[in-house]
Amino acid sequence: MTAGQAAVGRPTGGVRESLAAPVRDGLAVAGRNLIGLVRVPRLLVFSTIQPLVFVLMFRYVFGGVIGRSVIGVPYVDYLMPGIFIQTAVFGAMNTAIGLATDMQTGLMERFRSLPMARSAVLSGRTLADLARNVFVVALMTGMGFAVGFRLHAGVPAFLAAVLLVLAFGFAMSWIFAVVGLAVGDPETAQAAAFPLLVPLVFASAAFIPVRTMPGWLQAFADHQPVSRSAQAVRDLVLGTPAATDVWLALAWDAGIVAVFAPLGVWLYRRAV
Amino acid sequence: MASSAISVRELSKRFGSLTALDGIDLEVPAGTVFGLLGPNGAGKTTAIRILTTILRPTSGRAEVLGHDVVGEAAVVRGLIGLAGQYAAVDPNLTGRENLRLIGRLTRVSRDGRRARADELLERFGLAGAGDRTVRTYSGGMRRRLDVAAALVPRPPVLFLDEPTTGLDPRSRIALWDMIRELVSTGTTVLLTTQYLEEADRLASRVAVLSAGRVIADDDPAMLKERLGNTVIELRMADEDRAARATRMITDRFSRTAERQDEIVRITSQDGSGLLLDVLHLLDDQALAPRTVAVRESSLDDVFLALTGQHAETLDQPAAEQETGGAS
Repeated sequence: MTAGQAAVGRPTGGVRESLAAPVRDGLAVAGRNLIGLVRVPRLLVFSTIQPLVFVLMFRYVFGGVIGRSVIGVPYVDYLMPGIFIQTAVFGAMNTAIGLATDMQTGLMERFRSLPMARSAVLSGRTLADLARNVFVVALMTGMGFAVGFRLHAGVPAFLAAVLLVLAFGFAMSWIFAVVGLAVGDPETAQAAAFPLLVPLVFASAAFIPVRTMPGWLQAFADHQPVSRSAQAVRDLVLGTPAATDVWLALAWDAGIVAVFAPLGVWLYRRAV
Repeated sequence: MASSAISVRELSKRFGSLTALDGIDLEVPAGTVFGLLGPNGAGKTTAIRILTTILRPTSGRAEVLGHDVVGEAAVVRGLIGLAGQYAAVDPNLTGRENLRLIGRLTRVSRDGRRARADELLERFGLAGAGDRTVRTYSGGMRRRLDVAAALVPRPPVLFLDEPTTGLDPRSRIALWDMIRELVSTGTTVLLTTQYLEEADRLASRVAVLSAGRVIADDDPAMLKERLGNTVIELRMADEDRAARATRMITDRFSRTAERQDEIVRITSQDGSGLLLDVLHLLDDQALAPRTVAVRESSLDDVFLALTGQHAETLDQPAAEQETGGAS
């Protein structure tokens, strides 16, 4: 009865195997997703143009009203950390769309019949979206400098800020992985993601100080993860005391992944 | 049991109030082709999804090479290949990249998967298109790549869900040859199809599914013998004449003729011989039909014979290709 299995001779167990498989399979799937990203450049172009447009819009539309008198620094320096975070959140929508597309085309079904790690399709997608974010953040940084963005606390602090942005984007990807798997088709994924994104991004400290908002909204805006990450990034860029906000932001990221990664894998195992 | 590659016992699957599989039993001997025949919605794809660990059954048990598809799903995944109804390949990768990715995910060594990808592209007539992205492939090419992808890890048990739907006749025959070749080297193949001819050409055993139940499980020759392999259709001038002709044929040849509106349908083993006798009889009675057709029995005829109902499916391959044949 085991003849067939022996004939194949594929490893099916072992501690080393079970630890290495999720990493190896996740990287294989991430590689596949990145090839797709490069081969369909219009997707990358349009998802890059949007944050660049936001930089210009906010910089020049609100930059005049929200001046040094309100926030103590040039608005562009206040804005850029928020725009970075906003881009990470909106970019996470790609995770939902990508997974939903794989479900719709039947590719997910094939993956689920393969002896690969159960987490690999999800981690491969979130890792590819992380790589995409590196590219987008680099472009936005260039654009920011072009419109007057200046570092107040030096390059190492800024690099730490970029890492925080990427960590937050990665955490958001896991939330939207769950959205994508739950809805199962790309159009619905996009429609479902948007109403989730908008309050998170705009009822936050990403673009303006929350103290101007009504009390009930302030309570939400001040404590939600977008605000915490935006504030932590801002602290690092402006050179204000950052430790508390950075730890809070990292705690949010870890908490989000701890909840949504297992939930996503659970959904993946059930998805058809 | 020892020689069964696939063993299914009282397998059921319900989706809410819908019963997709209603307690089916199947036994597929190792190294054979087993055909699962049925119209859209009969439960073929559900059965395949359960056997390939994609869906969990509501009740019952299924084993692949002695391993339970629920309890030992990870082991089963290492033993099977699946080509589904949808061409489940990545449109942004080239054909070669798709095959190598599957090789990587099924633990084939780097050199092994390179060689295997080249070999499969060659065998499926995709060597020239191997470095083009799948986005540029025709439907038939995608389908062939999909089947090739299932073969990458040389699985001992292969599941093919309507593998030739959407293939042109040449590719269809090439795939049939390949399936025969695989089986000659010991692979077990379970394939679903809507075409009686396909099951007849390939399978050493056929189960007919209808509304989630197995309504026949036999070798195809026996099935055809029981049901008749040719169908004579006589279109009469009106329903009244058709009814008279039906009665007359049934009396004279002690064989059931069925009437549908003004068409009389007779199933038999000896189509042309019987046709002459029938035409003589009707001519004597001044009941000459308007048109006469003799054809091979279709899945619909099998269903009609087994259940007294039409299969409610398009048994025209051409029409099937256009609609894509999802079930």
